[in-house]
Amino acid sequence: MRLTVNGQSHDVEFDVRTSLLDLLRETIGLTGTKKGCDHGQCGACTILVNGRRINSCLTLAAMHEGDEITTIEGLGSPDGLSPMQEAFFEHDGYQCGFCTPGQIVSATAMLEEAGKGWPSHVSASLEGEMRLTPEEISERMSGNLCRCSAYPNINDAIAEVAGGKS
Amino acid sequence: MREFQFARAADPAGACSAAAGAGRFIAGGTNLLDLMKLEIERPEKLVDISRLPLDEVEETPEGGLRIGALVPNADLAAHAAVRMRYPVLSRALLAGASGQLRNKASTGGNLLQRTRCYYFYDTAMPCNKRDPGSGCGAIGGFNRIHAILGASDKCIATHPSDMAVAMRALDAQVETLKGDGSTRSIAISELYRLPGDTPEIENVLEQGELITHVVLPPPPPGRHAYRKVRDRASYAFALVSVAAIVAVEDGRITSARLAFGGLAHMPWRDPAVEDLLVGQAPGEEAFRRAADKLLENARGYGGNDFKIPLARRTLMATLHDIAGGRA
Ligand SMILES: Cc1cc2nc3c(=O)[nH]c(=O)nc-3n(C[C@H](O)[C@H](O)[C@H](O)COP(=O)(O)OP(=O)(O)OC[C@H]3O[C@@H](n4cnc5c(N)ncnc54)[C@H](O)[C@@H]3O)c2cc1C
Ligand code: SF4
Ligand code: FES
Ligand code: FES
Repeated sequence: MRLTVNGQSHDVEFDVRTSLLDLLRETIGLTGTKKGCDHGQCGACTILVNGRRINSCLTLAAMHEGDEITTIEGLGSPDGLSPMQEAFFEHDGYQCGFCTPGQIVSATAMLEEAGKGWPSHVSASLEGEMRLTPEEISERMSGNLCRCSAYPNINDAIAEVAGGKS
Repeated sequence: MREFQFARAADPAGACSAAAGAGRFIAGGTNLLDLMKLEIERPEKLVDISRLPLDEVEETPEGGLRIGALVPNADLAAHAAVRMRYPVLSRALLAGASGQLRNKASTGGNLLQRTRCYYFYDTAMPCNKRDPGSGCGAIGGFNRIHAILGASDKCIATHPSDMAVAMRALDAQVETLKGDGSTRSIAISELYRLPGDTPEIENVLEQGELITHVVLPPPPPGRHAYRKVRDRASYAFALVSVAAIVAVEDGRITSARLAFGGLAHMPWRDPAVEDLLVGQAPGEEAFRRAADKLLENARGYGGNDFKIPLARRTLMATLHDIAGGRA
């Protein structure tokens, strides 16, 4: 089967039970995406499929033939960091770093969602203008847990990129 | 995970024929794969329906909406017509799961996610739903999240969907396609089953019957609200939730639709509660009688006793918010 990951196509063979997460890590060797819970509860495995953030642990690799997959490695590289990666650096948006790739991928896509005007659970109005307040950022990022509880700095990093965008 | 055959369906009819016998549909996979990893679900064959062309939201001639079964929860919540005309549905969707999960979870899969509890997940414990006849770990066990209405001595689990609660209040119709090519339209009030003696059977769909669409009738009059009470502020299942649509004219309630999550094996709705409200002036007195009616036959199992007063307060607070009448 052919999969496109970070713009590169890969011909891969695998057991049909393989999650997209395991395929990325074990078969393709992209270990930036982390496995925390393996049950959709922590967000460490967040990747983009056709630009949308999803939990790669809760989907089968076999369901993604032809999809455009982006992992943390595809967002930027050590000598060409993405704005979100840069902001996490600057604001110390991590302690152990395990949740960080998932946080960064998730936050990148979250800003796209907000840019499209998608409301959230804490938005006062479903139709009106929405500002990415700290409360909005926390709610929209609630699918990414951080065991080290680096939340204040994570939130600051995201707010900086969000502010730069608007 | 057990081994299974895998097939990708090209069209709805192909999906039904591929599922004939023992096939299971997989859409977003967020509930099915979660359970397959634990071997609680052990399908022999998976039929991938995620690419079927059932991902549109269309206007119906009657002024309602026809939602494809594969419309993701995130897209449905953000859809302009849903936000404007069915805010209770947007709000319910946004109160569920996380951004990542809502991007994957489908309309059909959300409706048919398993009614479940933590003993259902714990394969070392008895559970009549997972293993019929083995007993119920929750009755006499730790049952904080469990049902207070419509439960049986076989199972006291609750249906976890937020979306389905809003759809119940909106009188949605579920359209399906069967393997023989026939279609039917099932009122959401008829879709789910109470646990009774067979908690392993959760809905009236037949093997290989595919949900193709969910149809919403024109939006009912009144103000909409979805209120969800849970153990943390986000990304948690409801302990109690209420979807409410209430209209008030000249100081009287003219229509009321109330559906509840977290209380029963299915999204709960009781017409007698709504009838009690219609014609009344909004206020403490009328709301209290409605709550009394709702909870007339409520029963706690120890750990979830608190849900009885919580359901009362959640209902009354929501009614005050949208119908007024606060002293
Ligand atoms: C960590 C976590 C937190 C969550 N929190 C919430 C929450 O707060 N609120 C909430 O409401 N939900 C919550 N969920 C549940 C989530 O909403 C469901 O898992 C999701 O909606 C299921 O949709 P799916 O498309 O992924 O279904 P799948 O997993 O693909 O399918 C679920 C079931 O439906 C069947 N099915 C799917 N589509 C069809 C169809 N078209 N026709 C017939 N059968 C079909 C499948 O065979 C399967 O039995 C949570 C899930 C997780 C993992
Ligand atoms: S409440 Fe239902 S799902 Fe939970 S242990 Fe009892 S039988 Fe199983
Ligand atoms: S590893 Fe996927 S959400 Fe935790
Ligand atoms: S930095 Fe350690 S889990 Fe988030």
